[in-house]
Amino acid sequence: MSLTALAMREDFPIFLRTVAEGKKLVYLDNGATSQKPLCVIESESNFYKLHNAAVHRGAHQLAQEATEAYESARAIVADFLTAPGGADEIIFTKSATESLNLLAYTMGNAPSGNRFALSVGDRIVVSEMEHHANLIPWQQLCARTGAELVWFGLTPEGRLDLSSIDDLISTRTKIVAITHQSNVLGTINPLDAIVDRAHKVGAVVVLDACQSVPHMAIDVTALDVDFLVFSGHKALGPTGIGILWGRMHLLDELPPFLFGGSMIENVTMTSATWAAVPAKFEAGVPNMAQAVGLGTALQYLSGIGMDNVHHHEIALTSYLLNELSRVPDIRIVGPTNTQSRGGTISFTIKDIHPHDVGQYLDSQGVVVRTGHHCAWPLARSLKAPASTRASLYIYNDEKDCDALVDAILGAQKYFGRL
Amino acid sequence: MKLDSLYQEVILDHYKHPQNKGLSEDFTAQVSHVNISCGDEITLNIRLTGDLISALRWDGQGCSISQASVSMLTDLLTGKTLEEAAVIVKSFSDLMASKGTSPGDPSILEDAVVFAGVSKFPGRVKCALLGWMAFKDVAIQAQGKK
Repeated sequence: MSLTALAMREDFPIFLRTVAEGKKLVYLDNGATSQKPLCVIESESNFYKLHNAAVHRGAHQLAQEATEAYESARAIVADFLTAPGGADEIIFTKSATESLNLLAYTMGNAPSGNRFALSVGDRIVVSEMEHHANLIPWQQLCARTGAELVWFGLTPEGRLDLSSIDDLISTRTKIVAITHQSNVLGTINPLDAIVDRAHKVGAVVVLDACQSVPHMAIDVTALDVDFLVFSGHKALGPTGIGILWGRMHLLDELPPFLFGGSMIENVTMTSATWAAVPAKFEAGVPNMAQAVGLGTALQYLSGIGMDNVHHHEIALTSYLLNELSRVPDIRIVGPTNTQSRGGTISFTIKDIHPHDVGQYLDSQGVVVRTGHHCAWPLARSLKAPASTRASLYIYNDEKDCDALVDAILGAQKYFGRL
Repeated sequence: MKLDSLYQEVILDHYKHPQNKGLSEDFTAQVSHVNISCGDEITLNIRLTGDLISALRWDGQGCSISQASVSMLTDLLTGKTLEEAAVIVKSFSDLMASKGTSPGDPSILEDAVVFAGVSKFPGRVKCALLGWMAFKDVAIQAQGKK
């Protein structure tokens, strides 16, 4: 039986159009952003059409409806992540990048005596496979505070090298920031050993779940991490909305990030006190329609079932890895089996630069990402300064995988013509 | 096919057989430029004899467009004066900004008019310009050292 799409392509208006002079859109750039089902587009647009008002302000009916919609979305996110403290532990940001910067800046602002205060001798642990968004905020936090940045290296297969875990995560370690699933390799990282070790030495674990939340069931209680971030737009939701989840007692201890309206308890000309979490971290009128749209997106995913999403993607990944193995002169950058890996497959083709591969694929309607995928240190370490990445999602099927393989073979023919 | 206007045979030929590749030890100035969106890198060095460009050597990694473009640039500008080079650079930059509306001036650009097709692909204009931006930079630095 061939693998059919898990979601109805009809649910996604963009698949009604064609690309490259009339060709079917084969969208394999889900690692960058997902397409949006009509229900999400309508949910966002209906907020503006029917309920638009600034949330948490005003006594009028519209403000109450807007607030209700916005706070319902927060509750949906909390359920989706199985947040132990419920909706109050969910903070809306504009992106996962902002969520990570929120953590890095607030930790950097923590006064001495606060558990997050950093100084010379402290340590932050990351890995060599981090996206720039989960590397640079910590790298620069170290530069500001004098703390030391250390990192897990990789095995040749593209998995975390945990052999030195006890040295890396030491009693000096305050923060371990790690990706759940690599946006380049597809590797799903084993968290148990890292979380155990981090907690044993009193460090907190920050999980970059941008590439996992859209693709598998996530239970933050079971994962036992302390903070988790993801972006809405990779999970069928709108752009401009990101999530930070944290354990309530830790969010309580962090100082505020942005100052302004909505995040205060009381203000005088010379001082201010802060609202309770999550309002403490949501200064200004937030991206309300986008939060509501994300709520709808997560409900759509829940309707399919996240275990079904994961199984579909693993089956498709297995099929695609097998088909790609028949392409001559290909190198898969990352694990070549489906053990602890998701549906992100990066590869290089001998003698054809990824940018040229991507251009040819585009001429065939096959949409992929090329380049260093915002993980430059990883690209260097893999000796693949650029690669081509196909990333799968619920609306992809075997035919999409076949179209990719055909287009790669076509590119080899095209560029081999001289 | 539209793609053929991008991947002209002359371009692929320069990509497979790059000219003046390999840096020289004997140079007046040297620069490294990176295309931040894709990571393509070009290091270019220049030797000036008076106002004459007596050598242009380069090294780098990247796509066929960026690598062929710098290869052709070094062919085209070696032996020219800085003033003559500036005219050619201006003509190439204008061609890249033309969005497919200009065929390019072969009396100035010679073989480099084959890049006219690149200007129809906004995503690839930066690739074609990478070496040329590096040249502008290295020419200024070399003049400063005279």
